[in-house]
Amino acid sequence: MLIYLRKRIVSSALPLVVVIVGVFALARMTGNPASLYLPLNATQQMRDDFTARNGLDQPLLVQMADYFGGVLRLDFGQSLRTGQDAAAMALRAFPATLQLAATTMVLAVLLALVVGCWAALKPNGVADRISSFISMAAASIPDFWLAIVGIWVFAITLGWLPTSGVSGASAWVLPIATLLLRPFGVLVQIVRGSMVSALSEPYIKLARSRGAGDLRVVTHHALRNAAAPALTVAGDLTVGLVNGAVVVETIFGWPGIGKLMIDSILQRDFAVLQAAVLLTAVAIFALNILIDMGYALLDARVRPVTVKA
Amino acid sequence: MRTAAEQAPPNSRPRAGTPATQSQAHDVVLQVKDLAVDIRTHRGTIRAVNSVAFEARAGETLALLGESGCGKSMTAKALAGIMDPVCDLADGQIVLNGTDLAALSPKERLKFAGPELGIVFQDALTALNPVYTVGTQLGEAFRIHRGLNAKQARLEAIDLMKRVGIPEPESRVNSYPHQFSGGMRQRILIAMAVALNPRLLIADEPTTALDVTVQAQIMQLLRTLREEGQMAVILITHDLAVVAEEADSVAVMYAGNVVESGPVAEVFADPRHPYTKGLLESVPVHLERGAHLKSIPGSPPELHDIPAGCVYQSRCPLVQDICRAERPALRPAGRRRTADPAGTNVLEADDGGMGTTPADRTISAEGRPVRTAACHFSEEITNG
Repeated sequence: MLIYLRKRIVSSALPLVVVIVGVFALARMTGNPASLYLPLNATQQMRDDFTARNGLDQPLLVQMADYFGGVLRLDFGQSLRTGQDAAAMALRAFPATLQLAATTMVLAVLLALVVGCWAALKPNGVADRISSFISMAAASIPDFWLAIVGIWVFAITLGWLPTSGVSGASAWVLPIATLLLRPFGVLVQIVRGSMVSALSEPYIKLARSRGAGDLRVVTHHALRNAAAPALTVAGDLTVGLVNGAVVVETIFGWPGIGKLMIDSILQRDFAVLQAAVLLTAVAIFALNILIDMGYALLDARVRPVTVKA
Repeated sequence: MRTAAEQAPPNSRPRAGTPATQSQAHDVVLQVKDLAVDIRTHRGTIRAVNSVAFEARAGETLALLGESGCGKSMTAKALAGIMDPVCDLADGQIVLNGTDLAALSPKERLKFAGPELGIVFQDALTALNPVYTVGTQLGEAFRIHRGLNAKQARLEAIDLMKRVGIPEPESRVNSYPHQFSGGMRQRILIAMAVALNPRLLIADEPTTALDVTVQAQIMQLLRTLREEGQMAVILITHDLAVVAEEADSVAVMYAGNVVESGPVAEVFADPRHPYTKGLLESVPVHLERGAHLKSIPGSPPELHDIPAGCVYQSRCPLVQDICRAERPALRPAGRRRTADPAGTNVLEADDGGMGTTPADRTISAEGRPVRTAACHFSEEITNG
């Protein structure tokens, strides 16, 4: 297992480098931060000074080499905006995003498993039709629209929930509900599909012939076989939540990594943006390794072969 | 740990037609009457199994013989209560040890699945759950029906693996299905089916996916287990040789109907239905190299397009007008050439009128299966 982990970590290094290069290059295409940080009437001298002070006058390749040198020393640079350590800012914002993503995904997976299995027990039955309609709608509603409608109905009109911020449990309801809907809808369809095919396998018939009832057949025999596709998609959706809750975090003023990224792009705060992207990328790689380990846990056939003496 | 039955050569065991089995020592375990299964399709409901009747006796093997799609597997699934969701049990009785399974609710039926009735499938790889160890799967019946805990169930699983001849059961119990060979997987499947010593074992083409030497071993194992537990075995197959070798009685199925049934030796020696006759004639015997192999021309009717009269009319060499108009019922059909007195007895008993429905008449007064055939002209079939 450790050998496998080490291999996976080593093989993740190259893609990470590519990510850094990409973000580095793209960020610089947005323009010189000097025009944002200096007063409108700043002289050319002041602009040149600012550019030189932040090393932005160097050729792009030299800047990049400097940055990589820093990354190797775990120095990710300082924020142009606040002067704080960029990595510290990213790390401070990350838990808020992780908490939001984890809570959302746990709820989405649990709900989707229940609804998906329920629908799969009788394909084309009433339950299946209802869940198909609900999941299709849930997967298709855009999150920004839902967020705005949610704020309008529950926060402004009814006044039950706060419009934004992280003050107390009630503040979690709208962001989670908004984020939850799409993963829930997608996962219901995945779970339903893979459960239907798992339930039609001969080993399910054989389990029934041993006296296993509906509940046991679903939870003991079919679910574990049907879990792999759901795990793949759930992982994918979690990745989407970890780096892509940008819209929802912005709308609800959630101090997470998505909001930090948007702010740093708007402010051309390159060091913070790069640190945030790098952190997200690392998190996604870690998540993928976890998912692969999940497959191995579920199914002995994909486990690395261990030779016993 | 080889038993006496295993050591004996296959041909020396008691066979149908020999005095040993005629001595009516064997109780009827399963009696199937008027069984009908419908499949719901886009084009409406089709009848896949139609008024099927037979009985299986303790310690004996009944073969359900027929070509692909004739309804033999469907019949097996209906008996075991594991039909596909699109199938309905439309009619009939499945009386197992005095209980009509067809009349039970699915939940009540689960109590019989395992302790009373076990089933073995053709393809052991897909029939075993790939994500659980064989020990878990072998032990499940004990956990469900006897309430054993995981540890006790594992010990039972090891016992079962010993019973069906899997080497090193103590370590193999923790292996996954894909880590076994095809023959071993089939043994595991059989072990699962006989775990709770059921009265009835249904084996749905248990050897079709195996190579010939392994086939022989598996059939031997089934035989041994049948003797040990005095189980009734229903063997579903399309292999005439297997039927001749293994079965005591046979029910020949065609397009969802039983067209002929009776003791194997009698049916094979003197078929009373043109389909059985055609099947037997298509077995190559003493053929010169290059000679044409005989076959039955045409193919079985589509299930949604079964003609009104006899199901076999489109391929039958003897077809007459009445065959197109009226479906022949499964009637007693004795032997014309009464070589032994037992045959005439059967005929007389049946001529006396045993029951009102054809299904009732599949059992003779002496309690041994009689010959039945569903053909208007079964008396006229010549066997030359």
